[in-house]
Amino acid sequence: MMECRDIVKTYVTGEIETHVLKRVSFAIRDGEFVAIMGPSGSGKSTLMHILGCLDVPTQGSYLLDGRDVAQLDDDELADIRNRKIGFVFQSFNLLPRASVLRNVMLPLVYAGNDARTRQGLAESALRASAFPEQFWRHKPNQLSGGMMQRVAIARALVNNPSLVLADEPTGNLDSVTGEAVLATFQRLHSEQGRTIVLITHEPYVAEHAGRIIHIQDGQIADDHEVRQRRLVRNAGI
Amino acid sequence: MKLRDLLLETNSALTANKARSGLTILGIVIGIASVIAMVSIGAGTQSTIESNIEGLGSNLLTVLPGVQQAGRAFVSAGRGSAQTLTNDDAEALKEVSGVAAISPEVSRRYQITATGNNTNSTVMGAVPAYAAVHNVAVASGTFITEQSQRSLGRVAVLGPTVAEDLFGEGVDPLGKTIRINRINFKVIGMLQTKGGSGFSNPDDMVFVPLSSMQKLLAGSDYVSSIAMTSEQKDLMASVQAEASALLTMRHRVATPDFSIISQADILGTLSQVMTAFTVFLASIAGISLVVGGIGIMNMMLTAVTERTREIGLRMALGAKRREVAAQFLAESIALTFIGGAVGIGLGWVIARLVSQLGSIATRVSPESVALAFGVAAAIGIVFGYYPARRAAKLNPIEALRHE
Repeated sequence: MMECRDIVKTYVTGEIETHVLKRVSFAIRDGEFVAIMGPSGSGKSTLMHILGCLDVPTQGSYLLDGRDVAQLDDDELADIRNRKIGFVFQSFNLLPRASVLRNVMLPLVYAGNDARTRQGLAESALRASAFPEQFWRHKPNQLSGGMMQRVAIARALVNNPSLVLADEPTGNLDSVTGEAVLATFQRLHSEQGRTIVLITHEPYVAEHAGRIIHIQDGQIADDHEVRQRRLVRNAGI
Repeated sequence: MKLRDLLLETNSALTANKARSGLTILGIVIGIASVIAMVSIGAGTQSTIESNIEGLGSNLLTVLPGVQQAGRAFVSAGRGSAQTLTNDDAEALKEVSGVAAISPEVSRRYQITATGNNTNSTVMGAVPAYAAVHNVAVASGTFITEQSQRSLGRVAVLGPTVAEDLFGEGVDPLGKTIRINRINFKVIGMLQTKGGSGFSNPDDMVFVPLSSMQKLLAGSDYVSSIAMTSEQKDLMASVQAEASALLTMRHRVATPDFSIISQADILGTLSQVMTAFTVFLASIAGISLVVGGIGIMNMMLTAVTERTREIGLRMALGAKRREVAAQFLAESIALTFIGGAVGIGLGWVIARLVSQLGSIATRVSPESVALAFGVAAAIGIVFGYYPARRAAKLNPIEALRHE
C-alpha cells in the first residue's frame, strides 16, 4: 500500500524556485498495476524518484506500507530501497563485468543474505521473469536488449519488494521486445499479484496497465481505470 | 555488505582493467622496492663500518692534541695541528689505574723508495705495544722491538699493500732495504692483511720505531696521538677521566688542550652520520612512493567518474553511502597491498644483487619490511580516501542519469 498526501517538490536554483510537484495526492493498493503517464517536464520523473525513495518530498508525506519515508535519513532510505522497491530502468543498468546471476544477486549483497540463499532467490527470480537458464552465466553484453531487460526485471524481483518501479522500461527496445517485456509485467501482476508502477510517456504502453495516472505541470490531470486494457498473449522474445 | 563480497567486488573491478591496475601497482612497487633497497644498503653500510671500527681494537682510547668541541664531530678537532703531547705524557699515563697498554704514535706521509719502485704512504712511528693496542699481527719477521726502539734502529715493518707496491706481489721483503725520506731502513717484518677501518689502513703503512721516527724523520719530540687500552671495558670511563685529569695537570692548563676519544665516541658519531645518510636515501626513495600514491589517487578518481552510473545503480539497489566508500577504499588498499608485497620482494632482490655485485653488505631488516608495508597501507587509505568519499557523496539520481 502506497499513499501520497499533498506532495510538493520544489527545487531552488539560486533565487529561482521551481515547483515541480504541486500538491499531488493518490494511493496505490497492493496488487495494482498502475501507469504514470505524462509528457517530459510534467514532473513524472520527480514523482518516480520520490516513489522509489531516491528523493524525499519538500512538503507532504509519502507512506509506504504505513511508514512515512519523508522523514528518513540516507541510510534508512537505502534500506527501504533495498527491501521494498525493485527498480527497472530504461537503460537496463546492468553491471557489465558481472554475469547474469551476479547481476540479479546484487540487491541481496546489500541485504546481507548468505551465498546459498542468494543463489536460490536469484534463480527463482530469473525463472519468474522467463529468462532462459542457458544464459545465466553470460555477461550482459552477450545478450539482446529484451534479454537484458528481463535480467533487470529479475533483479527488481529478487528481494520480493512491495513495489516494482519501472521507468520507461520499453524506451530502449523495439516494439516486439518491448511487447515481450510488457507481457512479463502483466504476468507478474496477474500470476504473482505484484504491485507494479510503470512510468511512461507513451499511451500505448500505459494501456497495458490496469489504471493510468496522468501528470501534467506537476499536478494530477486525470486518474482512471483502463477500460480496454491491452493484453499481450505472446510472451516470446 | 560482507567482507567476502567486498573482496569479490574489488577483485572484479581491478581485473576488469588489468593494464591500468598493473601500471598503478607498478608505481607502488617501485616506491616500496626503492625504500627497502635504500634502507637495507644504509643499514648494511652502517653495520660494516661499525664492525670495522670495533676491529680497530676494543677498549681503545685515543688521546689527540687539540680540543674537541662538544657536539662537533671529532674530525673537526684540528688533529695534528696542535703539538701538545709528548713521550713523557705517554710515560705518565702508564700510572693511570686500569690501563693495559700505552702506544704513543707519530704518523706522517713520506715518499718511500725501494729498488726503483716508490710509493707515498703513511709512516707510523710506533712502540712494541702498538701491535697489541691496534690488533695487528705480523705475517713474517717481527714487529718493532723494545731493542730497536731504544737503539734508534733503522728498521721497518711493512703493511702488505706497501710491500706489494715496493717489491711486487709474492716477493718476501724481509731483509731488504727501503728508503724513507732518503734514509735507509731494513725490513724486519710484514703484517697480516687486515683491511681498512674507515680512517686508517694498517695494510698501507710502514712502521718504524717511535724514537727513529722522532729523531731521524720528523725531527721533533711531540707525538701525533697516544692510544691506550683499558684492562676491562667497564673501566673505560674511569680511565678516560683519570687520564684527562692527569694530562690537564701535567700541561698546567685550566681546560684540556687535548681530547680523549673512545671507541664509543667514534661509533656514536659515525652512527649519527650513517643514520642521517640512511634517512636521506630513504626520503629520496619515499618521493617515488608518494608519486606512486598519486598514481593510485588518479586511477581511483578516474574509476569513480567512469563508474558513476554504477554507483547510482548500487545506491538505488540499496547500497549505503559507507558501503560505496568502502568499495572504492578497498580497491585502493588492494592496489597498495599488492604493490607493497611485490615491492618488498623486489627490494630484497635488489639488496641481494647489491651485496653480490658490490662490496656493500646489505641487510633487509624486519623493521624496514614492516615499515614499508605500513607505509603502503597508509598510502592506500590516504590516497584512496578522497576518491572514495567523492563516490559516496554522489546524488543517486544524478549518478543514474550520468552519461
